[in-house]
Amino acid sequence: MKRVKRRYLAVQVERELGPTEREFIDAVWAAVTRLYGEVGASQTGLVLIDFNLERQVAVIRVTLASMNMVRGSLSTITSIAGMGASVRVLSVSGTIKALFSSGK
Amino acid sequence: MKRSFADLHLRINLNNQEDTQRLITKAASLGYAQISFASTSRLNNEEYAKLKAMCRRACVDFVSRADFHPRSEVELTRFLRRFRREFEIICISCDNKEVARQAAKDRRVDLLNFASLDYHKRFFDRAEAELASGCIAALEVDIKPILILEGPPRVRLLMSLRREIAVALEFHVPLVLSSGVGEERFVRSPRDMASIGYLIGLDEASALDAVSTNPAKIVSRNREKLASGFVAPGIKVIREGKA
Repeated sequence: MKRVKRRYLAVQVERELGPTEREFIDAVWAAVTRLYGEVGASQTGLVLIDFNLERQVAVIRVTLASMNMVRGSLSTITSIAGMGASVRVLSVSGTIKALFSSGK
Repeated sequence: MKRSFADLHLRINLNNQEDTQRLITKAASLGYAQISFASTSRLNNEEYAKLKAMCRRACVDFVSRADFHPRSEVELTRFLRRFRREFEIICISCDNKEVARQAAKDRRVDLLNFASLDYHKRFFDRAEAELASGCIAALEVDIKPILILEGPPRVRLLMSLRREIAVALEFHVPLVLSSGVGEERFVRSPRDMASIGYLIGLDEASALDAVSTNPAKIVSRNREKLASGFVAPGIKVIREGKA
């Protein structure tokens, strides 16, 4: 079977009162589902790898083929759990190690 | 070569300087090198200087821009005659077909904007694109409605934008992606803007060009034209001869 290529995205969450991990990932799934529907969302392979509550930085993993879909969806997030928010992609990488080294 | 990014359509409320400064600082921190503000009325010199100073403080290049919503061809030409040489960017919001066609074939217009969400009031079709490709006008797409709309209205908007962008690409009409936002939380980084371009049918390179090369080209072309030594494209006064 062909290996699925993946990409890791480090994203910065901007909200006055930082959201919880659950609220964040729910907002991401909701944005992807709103834009691409349930079938499209299921093809993204979206997984939350890490969520730093203090710095409000999350790491998510997606398939390479759906990276632009997910980036577009992240840009359309304007609120998380009913509070105004935005999500900004800090860096994209093929490995978690490189993601953090480029993010520094 | 490293790309430099531009957002030519931020909205500001000049009465609230604090918010304006925050918006400018945020745009600068996200990586924009050039920004411009929509202004329907003529800014006075004091306001203009204030904006320039704010942009200088944030280390971002300020581009002057005038927006106009003409109701007829006559109004459009009158506006262009009066303001073309005062602003670096002229954007025409086309609310009817007569204005849209005239704006597309007038070489003094830099940006064509179709703000209406009504499918029937968006006039960027093949005829419009053909006229625009013969001149220098670019199609400006604001991302704000994509961010704030939800459900069927957003689906309809995305459909219209996809069609318009396909037509623009076919006729080689330059595209400019702008934010069109006035709130800090809606400002997106240039690469995130480009990823929104992906939603409306742009590939990665064209989406990045729409937030970097295309707006920068318009600004540099107009700055050259507005410079004192400009005579005609490719001809400029280098120094005055002795009489």
